[in-house]
Amino acid sequence: MEQSTAIKQAAPEKNKAIAKSSALQEPRFVRYTLTFIALVFLGFFIVLPLVSIFITAFQKGVDVYMAAITHPDALAAIKLTLTVVVIAVPLNAIFGIMAAWVLTKFNFKGKNLLLTIVDLPFAVSPVIAGLIFILLFGAQGLFGDWLFENDIKVVFALPGIVLATIFVTLPFVARELIPLMQTQGTSEEEASISLGAGGFKTFWHVTLPNIKWGLLYGLILCNARAIGEFGAVSVVSGHIRGMTNTMPLHIEILYNEYQFAAAFAVASLMSVIAIITLIVKDIIAWKSKSV
Amino acid sequence: MTSLTLNKKRRIIPGFHLSLGYTMLYVSLLVLLPLSMIFIHTLSLNWAEFVDIVTAPRAVSSYKVSFSTALAAGLLNVVFGTIIAWVLVRYQFPFKRIMDGLVDLPFALPTAVAGIALTSLYAPNGWIGQFFSFKIAFTPLGIIIALTFIGLPFVVRTVQPVLQNISAEVEEASASLGATRLQTFGKVILPELAPAILTGFSLAFARALGEYGSVVFIAGNMPMKTEITPLIIMTKLEQYDYAGATAIALVMLITSFILLFSINIIQWLANRRFVQ
Repeated sequence: MEQSTAIKQAAPEKNKAIAKSSALQEPRFVRYTLTFIALVFLGFFIVLPLVSIFITAFQKGVDVYMAAITHPDALAAIKLTLTVVVIAVPLNAIFGIMAAWVLTKFNFKGKNLLLTIVDLPFAVSPVIAGLIFILLFGAQGLFGDWLFENDIKVVFALPGIVLATIFVTLPFVARELIPLMQTQGTSEEEASISLGAGGFKTFWHVTLPNIKWGLLYGLILCNARAIGEFGAVSVVSGHIRGMTNTMPLHIEILYNEYQFAAAFAVASLMSVIAIITLIVKDIIAWKSKSV
Repeated sequence: MTSLTLNKKRRIIPGFHLSLGYTMLYVSLLVLLPLSMIFIHTLSLNWAEFVDIVTAPRAVSSYKVSFSTALAAGLLNVVFGTIIAWVLVRYQFPFKRIMDGLVDLPFALPTAVAGIALTSLYAPNGWIGQFFSFKIAFTPLGIIIALTFIGLPFVVRTVQPVLQNISAEVEEASASLGATRLQTFGKVILPELAPAILTGFSLAFARALGEYGSVVFIAGNMPMKTEITPLIIMTKLEQYDYAGATAIALVMLITSFILLFSINIIQWLANRRFVQ
């Protein structure tokens, strides 16, 4: 008897809880269907491609895999890619800090225009990003004759690849820092300056600790794109094996020669970098939230 | 100049001239001068030649392919990207954190790697392609798949934060006034999400129009059928037809600028609505 009254008493409360949740939450079958759709979509477009890269890479055994990634052309491609990244990423980082500083700490005429120009490379097709440097430095380009007379190679050589990479990755650091520094305002810097600290000291001890996670975030995004850029680099590289082939271009050549296992082996190295990028990104997002 | 003097009082912070000078020099040398070459180089053509190149049947068909596949991929991402953002914000399920992280994979994975992976999956003998009676890779469908992959994070990552910020009170108010869940979604939540969805769509669409790396592998690149506009530029360059490549590039650049401009207008309108 006691039990049944307890149930009777509990029942209306339970009903109320259900009524509340059905007004604020979708029915269970809708929730399950939506989750299912999302997971299937992510599975077909993200998870399966990623998994297939590693499986195809090892399809012909570990020996073929090792041979592919230690082949002299592959090593040259890895070295070239790293060289490009080591030049392009720090330059864009310094630029990003400078641009964010001027765009967030000061008000001046033409600020919005400058902001748009900084964003511009994102709106340009990678192929066009390569083309513009051919038009500047190629044989028929604006500086073509001068470069030829002085025996300087830009296009189809390292400088061209670096320039094209700088162009496509230019906005990444600035893009992360500008909204961050905007919300932080200028009061801390003003306090530091009025207490007698110099400009650089203020930046190093006041601004930098505030923006370090945003800066790191921008850096890894910039880095990922610099390593993987294909279209722009493809136009300016000239595809000279062992000389001007970056990792993505090396993958393309292997793939077009039907050396699928080798192509996917090099691709798997780049996928590992991509996965590390995602993990670091997650850690930074978590750290910056907890600070 | 007036604004410079106006703010002088406030300008205790040093480095204005240095950082402005550096930023201007950097963007002038690396962005403005190179991009202006497209305009300058196109001037070497007269108007009739320019029109001939940009309206050649193969070019026009490439605009159609690029535009329609980018649009289809953008719309797919609007539907599925919004569902994914919704599920990630509102529901609990296994591996949620990993899935959330993996949404950014298209930003981190080199486009060429994505291209060969998607091609081998959706090729007629691939893991997924073998289950379909029609061809996916090497048709416009393949291009749509590659562009959907590239554009997905744009929609998810613009919709997600907005969805997170919708306060529960608004939905409770709607429910307590007698709205069903579907009505609350359609009349309260969706209008809040609309600007973010539109921004995400435009970003994905703009990126898709210019995308090259992931598409060339899966497209099959048949002239008049699956040839995208960036590939036309590439082909003309390989034939040393710089004038032709530049003319097509100018058409693409102007299209992207118009798009970028529209995105800014959308965001400005959305912010204004928000402030009101």
